[in-house]
Amino acid sequence: MTGSTETLRTVRSLSQEGYKYGFITDIEAEAAPPGLNEDTVRFISAKKEEPEWLLEWRLAAFRAWREMIEPNWAKLQLTPIDYQAATYYSAPKQNAGPQSLDEVDPELLRTYEKLGIPLREREALAGVAVDAVFDSISVATTFKEQLGELGIIFCSMGEAVREHPELVRRYLGTVVPQNDNFFAALNSAVFSDGSFAYIPPGVRCPMELSTYFRINAAKTGQFERTLLIADAGAYVSYLEGCTAPQRDENQLHAAVVELVAHDDAQIKYSTVQNWYPGDSEGRGGIYNFVTKRGACRGARAKISWTQVETGSAITWKYPSCVLEGDHSVGEFYSVAITNNRQQADTGTKMIHIGKDTRSTIISKGISAGRGQNTYRGLVLVQPRAQGARNHTQCDSLLIGERCGAHTVPYIEVRNPSARVEHEATTSKISEDQLFYCRQRGLSVEDAVSLIVNGFCKEVLKELPMEFAVEAQKLLAVSLEGSVG
Amino acid sequence: MTDTARVLEIKNLHARLTDGREILRGIDLSVASGEVHAIMGPNGSGKSTLAAVLAGRDGYEVSEGTVTYLGRELLAMSADERACEGLFLAFQYPVEIPGVNNMYFLRTAMNAQRRHRGEPELDAGQFLKAVRAQLKLLDIGEDLLQRAVNVGFSGGEKKRNEIFQMAMLEPRLAILDETDSGLDIDALKVVARGVNQQRAPDRVIVMITHYQRLLGYVEPDRVHVLRDGRIVQSGDKSLAVELERRGYGVLGDAA
Repeated sequence: MTGSTETLRTVRSLSQEGYKYGFITDIEAEAAPPGLNEDTVRFISAKKEEPEWLLEWRLAAFRAWREMIEPNWAKLQLTPIDYQAATYYSAPKQNAGPQSLDEVDPELLRTYEKLGIPLREREALAGVAVDAVFDSISVATTFKEQLGELGIIFCSMGEAVREHPELVRRYLGTVVPQNDNFFAALNSAVFSDGSFAYIPPGVRCPMELSTYFRINAAKTGQFERTLLIADAGAYVSYLEGCTAPQRDENQLHAAVVELVAHDDAQIKYSTVQNWYPGDSEGRGGIYNFVTKRGACRGARAKISWTQVETGSAITWKYPSCVLEGDHSVGEFYSVAITNNRQQADTGTKMIHIGKDTRSTIISKGISAGRGQNTYRGLVLVQPRAQGARNHTQCDSLLIGERCGAHTVPYIEVRNPSARVEHEATTSKISEDQLFYCRQRGLSVEDAVSLIVNGFCKEVLKELPMEFAVEAQKLLAVSLEGSVG
Repeated sequence: MTDTARVLEIKNLHARLTDGREILRGIDLSVASGEVHAIMGPNGSGKSTLAAVLAGRDGYEVSEGTVTYLGRELLAMSADERACEGLFLAFQYPVEIPGVNNMYFLRTAMNAQRRHRGEPELDAGQFLKAVRAQLKLLDIGEDLLQRAVNVGFSGGEKKRNEIFQMAMLEPRLAILDETDSGLDIDALKVVARGVNQQRAPDRVIVMITHYQRLLGYVEPDRVHVLRDGRIVQSGDKSLAVELERRGYGVLGDAA
């Protein structure tokens, strides 16, 4: 089994009783006082010993955020978030920036072991480099040296700010500006850590890069920020996995991910999100408000987003592609499951700017229990985008009578040569299908899982091979108890 | 013949739809190991309902009677348990499952049944070997296996695929629900060849059919005529020939 499989395996598992990763690590944490004001921002920046420019950057974000209002256009019902009650910085107490894994608190290593994430390189099998983010802090990055030999930088955001300030300064906020939206502004003000990767020109990253996010502390928001840059002709495949403890109150996760692909570069970004979804009555669970966007800056650049969203009480997330370079390509493959009282409002934006840009959107929404699942997407073709093409396919699958599926596509075409296609279907798992499977010997659960996996196939096949297998199992677990 | 050789024993079976309409009104049927029985009857006589009730489909209520399968109370088992215990139903209308590879489906089914019996699961290689052996017999191209279950299959392909599944799953009791309907003569011959090849001393095959046509290629040991939810006449293969010649109307009150 490769390390990446383990990442996924850990991310698997949920169902109201059975959320396997709901444990809490008893570790001494250093936290900012609750509440959010300029002092909080200064506190975080000081804790991280950041340069002045970054503090100013954060403060600008905070000031923008103060003027903004929480977006309410999504089809989501949630208890209002009290931004002054949350804690914006929580870090496991240890000497800042462990130099090696031997300096990492053994309790933390045990947590990741429990989660199945191998942080010790000698234990991690080849194929995956992992950066693990625990609450606000990146605790370990594996395989750094091997990657370094190729000129690849893969480290925590905090370390990138210290070691590669010129790169961070050049790219940070260029895809998702500080004032992009309410949650992105909040993140920009208080982001504590995250992952950073830079792939130099012409280098094909030889292993999957992987980040594993874990929220531990109570009443703590997690605001990580990820920045990936693929220079001309570079290639990288990146996997992100998430879990959180089971708690009765809602916890806020507001991340920002920025991707930059230069000429002929390719970035494949896969997410398997299994944040705690809340119990069957909708108590607790993560509020997941995430801004993910990639810019195809150069000609023939390509960015693919693949996401399997099974967790969180609320998912608000639109991984997008800005297709600036001529002939650049954007792809979005998504499976979103809502069971019990989960709500998801997710989709993508494909912004066609360059000539002959192409985008593909395949979205599979599965609703069970009382889950509500909305696809919301924008395809925008700018006047200069001669010959732009988009194909969108949105399929919804309903399981049971009390769930809902909604599709909200926005299409804006300002160039007459563009070709934009949109297909949408809604179906139910039929009694006939279930009976057919059971007549061949499959249990109800296995039958549902088989049918759902068939429904999601076009998306799952975009995942790296071994992840796909684990993602299938995750889907099955997510739907436990949804039929019969 | 001893009782243990009786694979299927149906006594006074009554079943109704959830809306209360009674479809089966007292079926009696006894099938011994190794036998092939044909159940014939006009439309609406309850043929497909009988198949559905035996296979454990939801939506029917058994109000009276018993069904004993290999000495066990069949009606107490769930649909998947019945399948795992060797009951196979070839569907009149095989169901499409988009995105699920036909081979993968079959292997999943086989392994579910093997687990139930406490046998080790087949790996891909063993499975493929077993598959190839059956393919030729049923004139099935390998491309059919790589397509999604029944999606875009022609009528003949669907039926052949059902027989192929039957051959792979090696049931003790196979119920063929109008497997011959909608087939051209070539497809019919292929299906018949498959069924004949599946005849075995430890297997029971119950063919439900509207026409005598299939019986020209598969010779049944017994023929039963179902009418208004009861078996009104039983006999040997000559009964089928007579029915074909004179129609179902000859049986008592005309339709």
